[in-house]
Amino acid sequence: MKFFLKILKDFPSYLWSGWGAIASILLFIALWDVGNQTYGNLVLPSPLETFQTLYAMLHDENVWNEINITLYRASVGFGLSLVFGSVLGLIAGFFATASMMSRPVVTILVGMPPIAWIVLAMIWFGMGDETVIFTILVASFPIIFVGALQGTRTLDGDLKEMADSFHLPWHMKFMDVYFPHIFSYIFPAWVSGLGMAWKIVIMAELLATSDGLGASLAVARSQLDTPTALALVVIMIGSLMFIEYIILEPIKREVELWRS
Amino acid sequence: MEKLEVKNLNHHFGFTEILRDINFTLNKGKILSIVGPSGGGKTTLLHLCSGLLDVEEGSVTNTFESSSFAFQEGRLLPWKNVVDNIALGLLAKGEKKSVAIQKAKEIALKFGLEEEDFEKFPKDLSGGMKQRVSFARALVVKPSLLFLDEPFSALDIGLKKELQMHLIEISREENISILFITHDMMEAIRLSDEILLLKADPGHIVKKFSYDLAQEKRDDRFVYEESAKILQDKDIIETFELNTLEIK
Repeated sequence: MKFFLKILKDFPSYLWSGWGAIASILLFIALWDVGNQTYGNLVLPSPLETFQTLYAMLHDENVWNEINITLYRASVGFGLSLVFGSVLGLIAGFFATASMMSRPVVTILVGMPPIAWIVLAMIWFGMGDETVIFTILVASFPIIFVGALQGTRTLDGDLKEMADSFHLPWHMKFMDVYFPHIFSYIFPAWVSGLGMAWKIVIMAELLATSDGLGASLAVARSQLDTPTALALVVIMIGSLMFIEYIILEPIKREVELWRS
Repeated sequence: MEKLEVKNLNHHFGFTEILRDINFTLNKGKILSIVGPSGGGKTTLLHLCSGLLDVEEGSVTNTFESSSFAFQEGRLLPWKNVVDNIALGLLAKGEKKSVAIQKAKEIALKFGLEEEDFEKFPKDLSGGMKQRVSFARALVVKPSLLFLDEPFSALDIGLKKELQMHLIEISREENISILFITHDMMEAIRLSDEILLLKADPGHIVKKFSYDLAQEKRDDRFVYEESAKILQDKDIIETFELNTLEIK
């Protein structure tokens, strides 16, 4: 509880430190406008037109429907990989044999292109939620798994010995000695897993479903509706930035205060 | 009376013999140091005595009510600030959080830490400050027996002396017994009632030296003179292989 209060307390100063980031985004939008003036509206609509389209879209109930569908798929896929990746990674980390055996499997999972998974999933599950969720799961599971595995593998034997010398009870040993260390590995892995999930959900929807943001993107492409396509991209990027910078980053800062 | 008694202690790691036939007794209120070259099994012996390693052959009988450990490299929890690190042992004993924090603060001040350091994380502390925290953490639980694993070896001579003085003072006040390993003869002479010389391959005790003068009466001169004397001892020369080293 105290911890969350501290995050809230430091939040305004964190936001205030974001002016540099905002300036660089505005600069990027200016470049975008230059692109529009050079190549014309069909190739690259102006930022103004894009944001107007976006504004109109956000007042459309159907668009919110699509967003919700995508959010649902992304959260289920990410949630599953978070649970499986964390739990299995921790277990694998505690046993030397398990971590040795899991390494090549993880390499295969990471090395396999997500687009290939989508094709396989379409054959296995058909066109629908399962295909998308499955693809997210196989893409972000290994990232989280490796984070949890490394967190457990790198636990400091010296600190364990210290904990033993003070006869720490098991719950203190876990909360004060193991957990902070593992968390410092697993939390960044969750963040990258989430980023991966959000990218994969769009790609999978574009190829394998008829609804969701990805499918809307496919429709916009077939109708050569560049402003809508760009507005969709803005929604995707905007939501990812919101989650990453407004929710996760402040937590990460607070949690990792002790790191140099 | 509380004491630590080691009898016919042997230890192996795999097929390597680490310790052979170790015998000694540490009585209440005494400071016993074990000196010897690096890799001679000192740390293993200390871990056996403190229960961090299981005894395989022989016996270690520890009737001290409580004990704590200060390590060579501090071993502070990097994600806890100074006060929380010191309070760790108290909390493990089931002390109330507010009481533990209060006690931790008091002892931190005693060990030369300042109030502005209390909230700092170990990454922002110098080596000397980390060692102060480590000592405070070991002593705040008021152990009747303290194990020290070369805790001064990374400190400069001024700091070393200051912490040694603290240690002598506190061990007198609280009547703490100390088992302490080091490779620094001067340190051993300044602090110990008895010094055991541990020779390597495998570790065995070759000689005991006793010092009767009270620790607080040992001035620099005493320490220098005794160090000079002990460094000419035949067994010390052999154990540390001082005779085989020559500049060509």
